[in-house]
Amino acid sequence: MKKTTFIAVLAAMCAFLAAGGIQASELDRFAGLKGTIDIAGGTAHIPVMNDAGKNIMRFNPDIRITVAGGGSGVGVQKVGEGLVDIGNTGRAVSEAEKSKYGLVSFPFAIDGVAVVVNPKNPVSELSAQQIKEIFSGRIANWKDLGGPDAAIHLFTRDEASGTREVFWEKLLNKGDLAQNANIVASNGAMKVAVAGDPHAIGYLGIGHISKDVKAVVIDKVEPSQENAKSGAYRVTRYLYMNTKGQPTQLQQAFIDYILGPDGAEICKKHGYIPISK
Amino acid sequence: MLEKWVERALFVSMLFCALCVTAVFGFLVYFSWPLLSNVRGLAGIFSSVWKPFMGEFGILPMLAGTFSLAFLALVLACPLAIGITCFIEGLAPARPANAVRSLVYFMTSIPTVIYGFVSVFVLVPLIRDTFNQGAGFCLMTSAITLSLLIVPTMVISLETEMRQRAEEVRLGARSLGLTPAQELLWVLLPCSGRGLVVAMVLGFGRAVGDTLVALMVAGNAPVIPHTLLDSIRTLTAHIALVVATDSQDQAYYSIFAAGLLLFLIMALLTLLVRTIGGRFGQGGKRHERAF
Repeated sequence: MKKTTFIAVLAAMCAFLAAGGIQASELDRFAGLKGTIDIAGGTAHIPVMNDAGKNIMRFNPDIRITVAGGGSGVGVQKVGEGLVDIGNTGRAVSEAEKSKYGLVSFPFAIDGVAVVVNPKNPVSELSAQQIKEIFSGRIANWKDLGGPDAAIHLFTRDEASGTREVFWEKLLNKGDLAQNANIVASNGAMKVAVAGDPHAIGYLGIGHISKDVKAVVIDKVEPSQENAKSGAYRVTRYLYMNTKGQPTQLQQAFIDYILGPDGAEICKKHGYIPISK
Repeated sequence: MLEKWVERALFVSMLFCALCVTAVFGFLVYFSWPLLSNVRGLAGIFSSVWKPFMGEFGILPMLAGTFSLAFLALVLACPLAIGITCFIEGLAPARPANAVRSLVYFMTSIPTVIYGFVSVFVLVPLIRDTFNQGAGFCLMTSAITLSLLIVPTMVISLETEMRQRAEEVRLGARSLGLTPAQELLWVLLPCSGRGLVVAMVLGFGRAVGDTLVALMVAGNAPVIPHTLLDSIRTLTAHIALVVATDSQDQAYYSIFAAGLLLFLIMALLTLLVRTIGGRFGQGGKRHERAF
């Protein structure tokens, strides 16, 4: 009797320790480290970086992590010029960028890009061909797509946007984009624009989709993270962290943390698909 | 002795400022040189097609966007500014006048982003639903928003001028038996013509230089506008949009060209203000110091 109690207590303690151990082990790599990590670049990365930074700084107050946006291009430029430690991009860095700055890239998640319309819009399914014709301006009225008789309001992203690049390459096949399309400068601005306009169409990172906008089913495939992961939905991209040269110990610890199970959880929470290490 | 040192210190700071401005100019020319130095590059910049992925880097639509937006904002802001200034400077009793004056000063301290933000949620849907053409992100929406932004600049500049004039003419006007309204309309306003022009140039400059309102509500399509409801892109918004691209790309140089153009426009406007200050003779002297 006594023995079983003892064993039970021991088992409970072990379980507690193991649980605690697993929880701590991810952050343990930051024990004893000191310094700052400045991060800038792709806006899709920001929520993930912020959450990771918060966890790490809570665990070890000697480490300061700052996160700024700016877009993929700014990420490359800032890390390349040594202004930040990690530059995030929503696209692979170009050969020119890589050779000029000596960048090392760490992909950590997959992000899908979905075409979105206003929730009031009855159109909820389109073919890739239709989307091409909409964004090139050849289809300009919703009635041609089974919707109301109203002009289509096109919204696209700036040329620096990784989201735009994915959309343009994977969905438009680098086809024509109407010159008179409105251009917004972030995923957030895109959501605001489409959510406020019943006749708008635009595109968003899947992680940014909420009830304010409706993601369109493309060629019968729903733009969900599951479909993106399985490859059924092909308008996807990788999210990268980049360092100038090999990362320092602290930077490496941060990158390992993002690539580890905790990082994967954070990515999932924000709608991205983590790349398991 | 002390005076000499103060003079020297001021001279040095003046020199420093002048050097900075020259350096900015030199920097802009240096960086846009790859595009400006060859004929094809120059023709490429002054073309009306912006398709960076197809090697077209024309910024004429942005130049047209900047001018049409600034001009329209000025047209909207002018009557408003004149009206407010007249109200403050003669028509209103002291208390409301002071209230309006404080409001105008307060308006100068509202960050541009707030105008932009409110405009996106209020004005954009209003314009879209009223005119039922386009998405509401357009020349008209941004011009209305921008006019609110430049009104305080214009009012303050015009009011300063008018108050000085008022001191000079008030006694004479009163002794002629003019009512405050008559005095304002027939004496003060005609005397302040120069101040009005200066206020307009300043307001125009502010409108040309603003980035955020244009970026948030003008639509940013790189096309030359044909109607008030067309989506436009200004030079400033263009810089803001392109600055984040791959810095090894040719499109990147176009923002230096856009910067150079903005710099030249602003220099011209400043020159204009100064010439106006000079041309109106004596009265201008005092005002000139303000610039």
